Amino acid sequence: MTPERIVYMDHSATTATDPAVVDAMIPWMTARYGNPSSVYRLAGESRKAVEEARASVATVLGADPGEIFFTSGGTEADNWAIKGVAFAHQKKGTHIITSAIEHHAVLHTCRYLEQHGFSVTILPVDETGKVRMEDLKAAITDQTILVSIMTANNEIGTIQPVTAIGALCREMGILFHTDAVQAIGTIPMDVRSMNIDLLSLSGHKFYGPKGAGALYIRKGVRVENLLHGGGQEKRKRAGTENVPGIIGLGAAIGLAAERMEEQALRVSTLRDRLLAGILERIPHTRLNGHPSDRLPGNINVSFEFIEGESILLLLDRVGICASTGSACTSGSLEPSHVLRAIGIPAERAHGSLRLTLGAENTGEDVGYVLEHLPGIISRLREMSPLYADFNKRSMDV
Amino acid sequence: MYSEKVMDHFMNPRNQGEIPDADGIGEVGNPSCGDIMRIFLTIRDNIITDVKFQTFGCGAAVASSSMATELIKGKTLEEAWDVSNRAVAEALEGLPPIKMHCSVLAEEGFTRRSTITG
Repeated sequence: MTPERIVYMDHSATTATDPAVVDAMIPWMTARYGNPSSVYRLAGESRKAVEEARASVATVLGADPGEIFFTSGGTEADNWAIKGVAFAHQKKGTHIITSAIEHHAVLHTCRYLEQHGFSVTILPVDETGKVRMEDLKAAITDQTILVSIMTANNEIGTIQPVTAIGALCREMGILFHTDAVQAIGTIPMDVRSMNIDLLSLSGHKFYGPKGAGALYIRKGVRVENLLHGGGQEKRKRAGTENVPGIIGLGAAIGLAAERMEEQALRVSTLRDRLLAGILERIPHTRLNGHPSDRLPGNINVSFEFIEGESILLLLDRVGICASTGSACTSGSLEPSHVLRAIGIPAERAHGSLRLTLGAENTGEDVGYVLEHLPGIISRLREMSPLYADFNKRSMDV
Repeated sequence: MYSEKVMDHFMNPRNQGEIPDADGIGEVGNPSCGDIMRIFLTIRDNIITDVKFQTFGCGAAVASSSMATELIKGKTLEEAWDVSNRAVAEALEGLPPIKMHCSVLAEEGFTRRSTITG
């Protein structure tokens, strides 16, 4: 069975590479294949193009090009920032602070460091997913060397008070890293005014290629290398540059910044319509996360009495791509750590659905989801013993 | 991820529903694990003449429930008790390793213990 159309609402997972970005990349896989480290002119072209991409990333972040280091993506940037700071500053202190709703690239890196002599405080968040400044203040000790708090969450879209966190860290002489993988291209970022020392980003989240990301390291911040080998990236990140990926990343971040304001407004308007429609048409449904401080395209709702993977399978049948915090898709049989951290009971986390809208979504897409989703939810509820029990209880009352 | 057979049973579940005056009801799982299966039986002369299920869970849980009802319908209680989770998974042409517990759920939904509740 071929669905009549594809409605892609999983932009927090990945995005389609913009055709203009693909066009910008292709020459660097064909005619201009030179290794930037080589001497001849063919290589010089690659070297120059990589530096132009670096300048493009720096401009969008409000950084200097010399502060941008290319990586294989967000996970490498997070690993490098956290391990790199920890190992470079362990004589000064061995305490790291992060939050309970970070991406696993941050949380599992912190867990790894715990096995290597570091101590980690994982801050709780409030019911909207925000870190409380008083919790952060209370967690800081004279051993604290790094605070790592994401700019915006990938599951519930909650935006953190990054500027306030940055200001506090700067005042206390503690380095501040933020995983901005979900934020770049959707909300404005400025590393100077936000007092950010390290920032991770990933190209494929803003219509760039997969396998290309960057870490911003503020000038003067000491970070140990993660990868050892050749002298690329000012001897900080070994390995031949992913030239086509870097060119694509540079092109994509430029386009994303140019379109950000208009896109954020357009996408959030569609998102608000979709959310209102879902809450109006489907009873026993709740929004997870913050009512307003959330990424423009993010919806995360829980449907009571049913399980998320089943919802995804039925949505897929009609061509709608989405995701869930249910255990049944995590591979670990644990429901989303983010939903659990904002106090959502496991059974409601299992019934969660994340729809993340982006550039190619239209009003018709919103209508299409609203046409199919209510029927899918009813169908699964008809099958659910929890719903049967709920109806019996309602009849008894 | 799933075999065609699993998707068929998920999309077109057999024997889904409730038997209001069932002779036996079995239930396993709990909402915090993300899986609950409830099975209703009508038993005449030691033979399962009718069976229905309700399931809260993923695609594999629904398909396992559906297949389990197919496998035990028309069997004697003793024969039905011998239906293993492996038999359910095999009849579904396999389940992903992480989903094998869903077929265990289907097996446990129908045990000696479960059939005395009704």
